Amino acid sequence: MSASRTFRVLPGFHLTLGYTLAYLSLIVLLPLAAVFLKSASLSAAEFWHVISAPRVVATYRLSFGVSLAAAAINAVFGLMLAWSLVRYSFPGKRFVDALIDLPFALPTAVAGIALTALYAKNGWIGQYLEPQGIQVAFKPLGVLVALVFIGLPFVVRTVQPVLEDLDTELEEAAASLGAQRWQIFRHVILPVLLPALLTGFALAFARAVGEYGSVIFIAGNIPMVSEITPLMIITKLEQYDYAGATAIAVVMLVLSFLLLLLINGLQAWTAKRTGRDR
Amino acid sequence: MSGATTAALRVERLRFGYGGTTVLDGIDLAVAEGSFLALLGPSGSGKSTLLRLIAGLESPERGRVLAGNRPVAGPGVERAEVFQNYALFPWMRVVDNVAEGVRKARPGIARTAARARAADYLERVGLPGVAESYPFELSGGMQQRAAIARALALESPFLLMDEPFGALDPVNRARLQDLLVELWQGRAPRPTVVFVTHDVDEALLLADRVAVLGASPGRVIADFAVPFERPRSRAALFGDHRFHALRESIAEALDADTLARLAAA
Repeated sequence: MSASRTFRVLPGFHLTLGYTLAYLSLIVLLPLAAVFLKSASLSAAEFWHVISAPRVVATYRLSFGVSLAAAAINAVFGLMLAWSLVRYSFPGKRFVDALIDLPFALPTAVAGIALTALYAKNGWIGQYLEPQGIQVAFKPLGVLVALVFIGLPFVVRTVQPVLEDLDTELEEAAASLGAQRWQIFRHVILPVLLPALLTGFALAFARAVGEYGSVIFIAGNIPMVSEITPLMIITKLEQYDYAGATAIAVVMLVLSFLLLLLINGLQAWTAKRTGRDR
Repeated sequence: MSGATTAALRVERLRFGYGGTTVLDGIDLAVAEGSFLALLGPSGSGKSTLLRLIAGLESPERGRVLAGNRPVAGPGVERAEVFQNYALFPWMRVVDNVAEGVRKARPGIARTAARARAADYLERVGLPGVAESYPFELSGGMQQRAAIARALALESPFLLMDEPFGALDPVNRARLQDLLVELWQGRAPRPTVVFVTHDVDEALLLADRVAVLGASPGRVIADFAVPFERPRSRAALFGDHRFHALRESIAEALDADTLARLAAA
């Protein structure tokens, strides 16, 4: 079939491709298709009515807005964490390194309860913030805190290996050419890290959009104020409104897909610009 | 005023260590202006560390480095550096790699002028026609040529080189050695060169003077003037009995250091 065949040590391209496609279809595409099919049981008008209800629209704004903000915060502070873990040695470094993964491993409900206990009006931190007029729990700010918490490992773990591979000779060359510290960071380190940083950002964002467990405790779920979209879906399900739930799910899916596509496109573009040697 | 006896670079009672181990101790060196010094030593003698201290990439525990009578406090464009692994910026075209350095060395120079100067230097190192390529498209020898062009284009009074030809094949190494000497001699005034190597023949071929470093801790154990007139040829060098005598003396100094260390252990 093909004019020239590359020699491969391990055979089985067709088997691999077949398995990959079958597996992906079964695990990913089939459930997604079911969501679209179920939502199709609504008429167009009904569908629009469900997804454009003011209370639901408010949740899109909160879910996507706060998720992007949380991912951005994690991109900045996750980069700093990864930087100190890779570039410096300090007592307890391994412990700190292990701590990063905790948000991965912790059941999200536990995280939600812990954060609520901290940030509620009478909580450890909340009691000091309350007199300042800063209310965290049961406000969008509380949602942000929860999403920052669960998204942190994604940025650190994607940036860390790239940073470990980064040759300090390049930074030293830049320094010996007279570059200032911020110039070295801006022109030497950041271009190399940017693709990984964007991947971490995308992962943290995706995780944040889908997060449910930790958020519902701290958010307080006040309609039009602190309700997230996944909560709307659960609410519909509890009312046995399966079609309505899937309609909102479709909106989430499409929005998430578009945003991830955008981030991945950006990532590919920066990788092409900066990673020419690999 | 610019007598050959002026020390352009001075290293005074230098001491440096990582954690608990002392890498270098009691280093004193004076390098004459416009001369070519080779730092020769086995691995672990701290010769690269000494170069990094001169470059300002490390700070000494004790003592100081004076470059042109000013104490070194950090890296600077007046001390151009060539690294072992070329250290070209992979996302920049070759010409921009060189031009960026020029722009840093001469603030205010126009971008086009910087690029023109960069292209000129690329031609001098034997790299015409690759200006618009990216470093990864070049062979190791060509990348090191570009890195040398970048360092020379700064037109700095000092040129620091850390085993620059260590990663190259013998043919390319020989070509670049010749090129380096040619470019260094061709410039007026000549830059003061500090060249780190573990290759005795390379040191004797290139340098005016060879400082031999011993290990643990690194210190200067011998200092030889290299008497051969320039231009030097490999053939003439190998036929010269003084070359072999120098080689022998250097080997003896290194052996004596190794034996002393073994006896102490």
